[in-house]
Amino acid sequence: MPVIWILTLILVFSIIGFFLGRARAMTSAGGDMRSLHSLPSYYGYNSALFLAVPSLILLGLWLILQPIYIESRISSLLPETAISEDTTRSLVMSDVRRVAEGLDVAVDQGAMTADEARNIRTEFVDVRERLGSVGVALGSEVDAPILNAAQQYRELSSTMNIVMTVLVLALGAAGLTFSYVRTDKDFRARNVVESVIKGLLILASTIAILTTVGIVFSMLFETRNFFTQYNWVEFFFGTVWDPSFSGRGGLSEFGLIPLLWGTLYISFIALSVAVPIGLFAAIYMSEYASPRMRSFAKPVIEVLAGIPTIVYGLFALITVGPFLRDFIAEPMGLGSSSSSVMTAGLVMGIMLIPFVSSLSDDIINAVPQAMRDGSFGLGATHSETIRQVVIPAALPGIVGAILLATSRAIGETMIVVLGAGAAAKLDLNPFEAMTTVTVKIVSQLTGDTDFSSPETLVAFALGLTLFVMTLGLNVLALYIVRKYREQYE
Amino acid sequence: MNDMRLTERAVDTNQLKITARDVQVFYGDNHAIKDVTVDIQDKTVTAFIGPSGCGKSTFLRCLNRMNDTIDICRVEGKILLDDEDIYDKRVDPVQLRAKVGMVFQKPNPFPKSIYDNVAYGPKIHGLARSKTELDEIVETSLRRAALWDEVKDRLTAPGTGLSGGQQQRLCIARAVATSPEVLLMDEPCSALDPIATAQVEELIDDLRSRFSVVIVTHSMQQAARVSQKTAFFHLGNLVEFDDTTKIFTNPEDPRTESYITGRIG
Repeated sequence: MPVIWILTLILVFSIIGFFLGRARAMTSAGGDMRSLHSLPSYYGYNSALFLAVPSLILLGLWLILQPIYIESRISSLLPETAISEDTTRSLVMSDVRRVAEGLDVAVDQGAMTADEARNIRTEFVDVRERLGSVGVALGSEVDAPILNAAQQYRELSSTMNIVMTVLVLALGAAGLTFSYVRTDKDFRARNVVESVIKGLLILASTIAILTTVGIVFSMLFETRNFFTQYNWVEFFFGTVWDPSFSGRGGLSEFGLIPLLWGTLYISFIALSVAVPIGLFAAIYMSEYASPRMRSFAKPVIEVLAGIPTIVYGLFALITVGPFLRDFIAEPMGLGSSSSSVMTAGLVMGIMLIPFVSSLSDDIINAVPQAMRDGSFGLGATHSETIRQVVIPAALPGIVGAILLATSRAIGETMIVVLGAGAAAKLDLNPFEAMTTVTVKIVSQLTGDTDFSSPETLVAFALGLTLFVMTLGLNVLALYIVRKYREQYE
Repeated sequence: MNDMRLTERAVDTNQLKITARDVQVFYGDNHAIKDVTVDIQDKTVTAFIGPSGCGKSTFLRCLNRMNDTIDICRVEGKILLDDEDIYDKRVDPVQLRAKVGMVFQKPNPFPKSIYDNVAYGPKIHGLARSKTELDEIVETSLRRAALWDEVKDRLTAPGTGLSGGQQQRLCIARAVATSPEVLLMDEPCSALDPIATAQVEELIDDLRSRFSVVIVTHSMQQAARVSQKTAFFHLGNLVEFDDTTKIFTNPEDPRTESYITGRIG
């Protein structure tokens, strides 16, 4: 049975379970809601949850584990001879899967009967042609062991599917029965529902944490692979970035320093644009602007945050870059490239303004009015009050906003590609084209790449470096916020 | 009313500090204060009493133009400080507030050290020529607020870390440090326990020797204990204004009597 049907069934039965549970609770209370421990709907939820949650968990686990199990079973059935010299077991397995899917499609479209699909032999039928006629293109002729394995694959999947359907529905029925039998007027359904909800919330946060851990580990493994092929001292301290792709031959040099320099330089320029403008805008909006002005200006500034970065990139490429080149860089003799650190930095700074201003605005608004009154009451002017009382009180939050903007700046890619170019260079001149870590990650992974060469694996090392940098920033932010919290509250 | 201990201290001077004539205050369309005329004498504690919402705090906030920070608030009439109209266009409200200090209902120390809290006003107004002078101002202000002995060893600790009563005395020290001529107190003890209240009341009596103090209070006992003059507000009107002793023993208006004896309020 297709998974969507199982899900529908579970849903339908849950709704039925809801009414069953509620009805039983009402009956046990003699129709008087007041003698129940919980509201009647809680008994209903209790039954529905006991039906749905265990069966859904089983279904989820089964769907994850089934392919792994079938894969290993079929793979062990494949004879050594089926794997020719220039290929690997996993490639043959993907052929098997493809043929199996092809047979499924053929059966679905009526080009083959189910019996035919189960019994055809390469000796009598040109499988490649038959499957090609239903739109499944195969790379090579299908030989006997592969077809055989594909047929077993189909058979095993369909048996497993039936077992799964039966088990999931049985578990649902068992859950419903269990909760139905437990339901009577003294049963604390409200507390059970409460703990199930808590469980769901815990599950959600666990998934988020596990994903992070998973990302870190996948990068760690690939990075370790990279460092087995490339010296880490040269990576971290090398000043030349010159990867050579397989076509050209020759040795690659992966020096992190030019990329790191580009990243930090561009981020620095971006923040020197975004932090003052954003902070001043926030102060104006929260302290001086009339409510009408504020209700207009705040959304307008926040529109900046909604513009896709690629659009900012275009703005940098077409407008800001040539402008800076024609009116500043060339007259001053600083270079003739329209892609420059300054271009990317300025445009990125504009992009970051709403991050700084919007968060700071909320935080400044959260400073109690009593603080301002106290300062006004002592004869301080508005700006003295802001400088000496409001900003220090809001400082932890403002630092948080700035660090958030910094993380964004470090991770930004599109604006850099279009604004600053892709040349890894170590230079002080802000009108020179440079590039950042993220841009190089993209360029190392696009195009024809072999996922085991250092040219590709270096991307993971770069990614991990970025991750560690932003993690460090976040830790720093937490430290600063905590330090000032202690002082100010 | 037996627990009310009336102070029989004579008013030291009859010099007028603040004269308010026919003051009207509007919050949008709401007429919050109607025709209030009051004379506040120098070196005297004047108490404003009355039921909640009677306008006593609003009127207090007119005296240093704190109502200016509220957009919809409009003040009419004349308020003279030393014969100078404080609502005149030439008067800088910021300068005015330096002369008329204010202590609020809830202690609101700044998120700074105890020292910086007290030094805030003097620094802004340039009252100290040197660090030593500033140190002196801070010390005298804290002494005057009866807080010096408790905090002298931890002047760099945050002001927000003190207890409620200490925080309120810190706020008083902060107001005193700018050497105001009038000190306005908006229910300064309503967030404090009886012991802290007693300390603050003692302090108010001390402060009288240097400035004129105006205190808004909900507690009639407190008004009786600390003030020489009492004004009774009701529904935005000033009902009666006289010597505290007279108000509490022999009020002229029947509404004052009802309030003091607890029949309205």
